[in-house]
Amino acid sequence: MNLEDHFDETIARDQRIEPRDWMPDGYRRTMVRQVAQHAHSEIIGMQPEGDWITRAPSLRRKAILLAKVQDEAGHGLYLYSAAETLGADRDDLTERLIEGRQKYSSIFNYPTLTFADVGVIGWLVDGAAICNQVPLCRSSYGPYARAMIRICKEESFHQRQGYELLMTMMSGTQAQRNMVQDATNRWWWPSLMMFGPPDAQSTNTAQSMAWKIKRHTNDELRQRFVDMSVPQAEKLGVTLPDPDLKWNAERGHHDFGQIDWEHFKEVVSGNGPCNEIRLTRRRQAHEDGQWVRDAAAAYAAKQQREAVA
Amino acid sequence: MSFDNAYEALTEDNDTRWAFGTGFVDPLAGIDTSVPSGVDAAELARSCLWLGDDALIMSHRLQEWCAAAPELEDEVALANIGLDLLGQARLLLARAAKADPSLVPAVEQSDEDALAFFRDAADFHNVRLVELGGGDFAFLMARLLVFSTWRLAVFQRLVDSPDQVVTAIAAKGIKELAYHRDYAARWVVRLGDGTDLSHERMQAGLNAVWPYVDELFDSDTSDGAALRAEFDAVMSQVITAGTLSRPPAREAAETRSLEPLLAEMQSVARAHPDATW
Repeated sequence: MNLEDHFDETIARDQRIEPRDWMPDGYRRTMVRQVAQHAHSEIIGMQPEGDWITRAPSLRRKAILLAKVQDEAGHGLYLYSAAETLGADRDDLTERLIEGRQKYSSIFNYPTLTFADVGVIGWLVDGAAICNQVPLCRSSYGPYARAMIRICKEESFHQRQGYELLMTMMSGTQAQRNMVQDATNRWWWPSLMMFGPPDAQSTNTAQSMAWKIKRHTNDELRQRFVDMSVPQAEKLGVTLPDPDLKWNAERGHHDFGQIDWEHFKEVVSGNGPCNEIRLTRRRQAHEDGQWVRDAAAAYAAKQQREAVA
Repeated sequence: MSFDNAYEALTEDNDTRWAFGTGFVDPLAGIDTSVPSGVDAAELARSCLWLGDDALIMSHRLQEWCAAAPELEDEVALANIGLDLLGQARLLLARAAKADPSLVPAVEQSDEDALAFFRDAADFHNVRLVELGGGDFAFLMARLLVFSTWRLAVFQRLVDSPDQVVTAIAAKGIKELAYHRDYAARWVVRLGDGTDLSHERMQAGLNAVWPYVDELFDSDTSDGAALRAEFDAVMSQVITAGTLSRPPAREAAETRSLEPLLAEMQSVARAHPDATW
């Protein structure tokens, strides 16, 4: 059996591809791109919520938020490590991110205007991420699939914490309830866009499904997310900002309104409200840290020389 | 794992580790907080409040580094240290409030939040070292080394406190602070003995925090001299290993940094004084 047949058979048997296995170049490239974009999203995703850590209105919420943002840094670390098992290099991936050559999730290009955004990001954004990511625990690439199991558990924890914050705020003052509704209005549509373009326009889906690095189509996952979110919104006491959202008994799913894909394209191509801020800040942190990383490398080299001498 | 429903998939294996929050509502829940006989409650409250304020403000300075650390590993470490200190602050502020309720501002908030968010700068008792604003990574590491070396020595003595709550807080804190000190010391050595540039910046960082060292030992306790000796011994060891020199003595300036720090930290809480979070 040649290498390619062996690879195909491993995929067909639902077994994992491991770092030292032969894989087609296209598979490797696609996996590196997928894992790197996920890693970048975790790191850029620290910013919108991280902005509220120093201002969190109770010490308990401060601790929860700081721990969450720390988890995101941790997710970024595992994911860059998973990408490294494919021969990528973390420094190179970071360069690609800050030069805008590799993307991150567009959801992080929206601003966080009030503390309610912290809760809504947990509820909707982390909720959508979970819908996208749970199937990836079965990704055909072993290191990624295993990283996703842990990441999904932590994401689900964040989602519950976000929802719990919103429940608390909804039982507080009218100003707090208004904040929650306003944040829901702003984040609902961008959350739906997190599942990517409609299946008819999604260029990568077919090959990714064949390689089992994607398990469901964008539209399937989006529908699942809508169906899950509707009862959660009701329980919370907020309205989802879509007049066309209603139960369709025939389909057994909720119908929902048209997504503004033109807007989505604008945000993906760099014209969202915060693209510039997010990338500039990441670039700044990286550049400001260069002398520190240089010093660590120089010190390690000195230690090694001394150990040899 | 089920893959049909994202949430079921995450809960079906009944992994109870995920059932507990990182948050606890009352940091001293279930603990006997009566003040032991023979202990001056006001004095106990005062020392807990001071140590709590130090941890709260130092944690804030670490939180400011979120998404700005030189490397991801340090992003995780700085958040970790910030969380440890925030945890210490919560326990100590809650202890202070229980020992002397007259310290707590009269607002409809938990004790720890009333103390953190509804006191003005004049009522904070932190050392100036923690409130200093700005600075680069070398400055942060110099400050963290000084702070954790001093605080570890203090906590090692607090395990003998007649108050069992303080004893427990100190025992937990010692493990955390030993790690903080280790982390900072390693960076001070690495930066000191790294490149010419990092050496220069590390020395500048140490020089900048040094004027604020004396204040840490301004206590009236008889143990002050021993504490200082212990601190000096650790600092000399790290300074030597990092090929650095002990900074010259200099007068400490007023920082004027606490008011803006508190304005930020307290902004949301004070905008919604009747809210629950």
